[in-house]
Amino acid sequence: MAVDARAGQVARTPSDRSGAARLIAQITRFARRKPLGAGGAAVIILLILIAATADLISPYGPLVHSSSLLQGPSAEHLVGTDQFGRDVLSRVMHGARTSLQVGVAATVFAMVPAVIIGMTSAYFGGWYDYAVQRFVDTIQALPGLILLVTILVVLGSGLWNVIFALSFNSAIVGSRVMRGATMGVSNEMYVDAARAMGSSHVRIMLRHLLPNIVPTVIVVYSLGFGNVILAEASLSFLGYGIPPPTPSWGGMLAADGRSYMFAAPWMLWGPTVALALVVFAVNMFGDAIRDVLDPRLRGTG
Amino acid sequence: MQKYVAKRVVGMVPTVLILLFLAVVMVNFIPGDIVDLMMEEHASIATRDALMAELGLDKPLPVRYVSYVGGLLTGDFGNSLWGGKPVGPELLRRIPVTIEIAILATMVGASIGVMFGVVSALRQDSPIDYLVRSVAIAGIAMPNFAIATIVVVMPAIWWGVSPRLRYVTWGDDPVGHLSIIAIPALVLSTNLAASLMRLTRTTMLEVLRQDYIRTARAKGLGGFRVTYRHALKNAVIPVITLMGLQVAFLIGGSVIVESVFVIPGLGRYLITAIGQRDYPVIQGIVVLIGIFVMLVNLMIDLSYAWFDPRIRYS
Repeated sequence: MAVDARAGQVARTPSDRSGAARLIAQITRFARRKPLGAGGAAVIILLILIAATADLISPYGPLVHSSSLLQGPSAEHLVGTDQFGRDVLSRVMHGARTSLQVGVAATVFAMVPAVIIGMTSAYFGGWYDYAVQRFVDTIQALPGLILLVTILVVLGSGLWNVIFALSFNSAIVGSRVMRGATMGVSNEMYVDAARAMGSSHVRIMLRHLLPNIVPTVIVVYSLGFGNVILAEASLSFLGYGIPPPTPSWGGMLAADGRSYMFAAPWMLWGPTVALALVVFAVNMFGDAIRDVLDPRLRGTG
Repeated sequence: MQKYVAKRVVGMVPTVLILLFLAVVMVNFIPGDIVDLMMEEHASIATRDALMAELGLDKPLPVRYVSYVGGLLTGDFGNSLWGGKPVGPELLRRIPVTIEIAILATMVGASIGVMFGVVSALRQDSPIDYLVRSVAIAGIAMPNFAIATIVVVMPAIWWGVSPRLRYVTWGDDPVGHLSIIAIPALVLSTNLAASLMRLTRTTMLEVLRQDYIRTARAKGLGGFRVTYRHALKNAVIPVITLMGLQVAFLIGGSVIVESVFVIPGLGRYLITAIGQRDYPVIQGIVVLIGIFVMLVNLMIDLSYAWFDPRIRYS
């Protein structure tokens, strides 16, 4: 139990420690209390590293054709090759880049409007709240995937349209949670006090409401990140994601993987395992973050 | 109760009107280059103006909105851009298939999810609990389309058999029909079962710690009776709520499984329509599914009173 005692001291970090030391101490504590969550975080960091260095570490280029077509896993091609002789492992590595790019961009673009819509809706209330919430109701009544393909068939496909569609859906659905979180805070005495002191609406929202809903934002969008990656893969699977030949996991599963699924099942395993692993990691990390930041939300996922 | 139902139905009206507006305004956002593309695809429509008229873009938005809503009230969903057939009858023909899959998936997912959730909670921290929870997490992490593809591919590779992919109607061959619907419904139910299992376990664990459970046990009631009559009944409300939230997800997932298993439901119709840029069909499907999801959620709200008599609507 010596380890436990030492970690306990790390957790009770004196406030005069430097920022970096405190951060490290916090991370150590998180890893000890939530090993699965920390494991999830490690997988996500590994994915980021793979995506960032895909050009250096992948054994072949993602678009390099070779004469060995549809070959099973071997020493040269660890996960085999596809119908053009492209290395599946290299394509999965580069596909990580697509998934991450779309995931990060869509999550960031969703977060800001979700906070603005949810916070103003709860803060101002009245007819504005009513109108906004009926719009949110409407969007929520549409299955995410159907909304996404509908937006894309209207706007046309392409990387940025996919990101726009994903972030639109994620922003509207998330804004409902932000509204709930804001309503919980906006009845607090200190908000009344700030108003009595003559603070402007913008100041109240930025200084008094926003800091209190940040934990909710982190929880919702750490889990949302996994959903976005999954949704992008589903879109690619239906043929409305990132256009080929850019490697993306959904696309590799859909068009290529399914046509050759009997001749070359490894073309399916590569992207499937990668996708399931990432979604699993994000969910573990999100659950752990939720338990740490907001115990009230425990078990809602 | 009736008053509450009436209030809720009236409350749905603005949401439905917004849904219809979105369906109508959708075609306004089609960029010019896609209109050009459509011109190339449509040999039958000679001029750009004719295509604009076909899309309804020659009239102002309010006029189109009123005429679309008026049409819907008489069951007119407009005509397909390909072949000019009316959309309404085709939708009507395909809805039952999708709803059948969704209902079957909900039934299977809910039974499996709740059952294993209860078992997991009763045997907390046992090997069974860990096994069930691990399988559930895997069920959440595996996307529908990956499961669907594996279900089609793996039996073919291992045993040389693959699920039959030729759809037959209920009337022609009931057994064949069920055997074809069952596999996609099972695939669709995995996510639902996994998330319901996790939630059931959590709420059951909370309920099982309550005093009235101890009282019931102390009275000498059997384990089964305590579990189902006392505990599960009190744990079920959040589970029902989650099921309502999952309905939209299920219908969305149906698009994927229908396209993998070649089943002529709404999902496949939607994917075909999207491939052909058949906007009236897309509008019709979006409107129908939106209203369907709203109605299901209304019914779920009303069912709370049945599950928990303490809830009264007035």
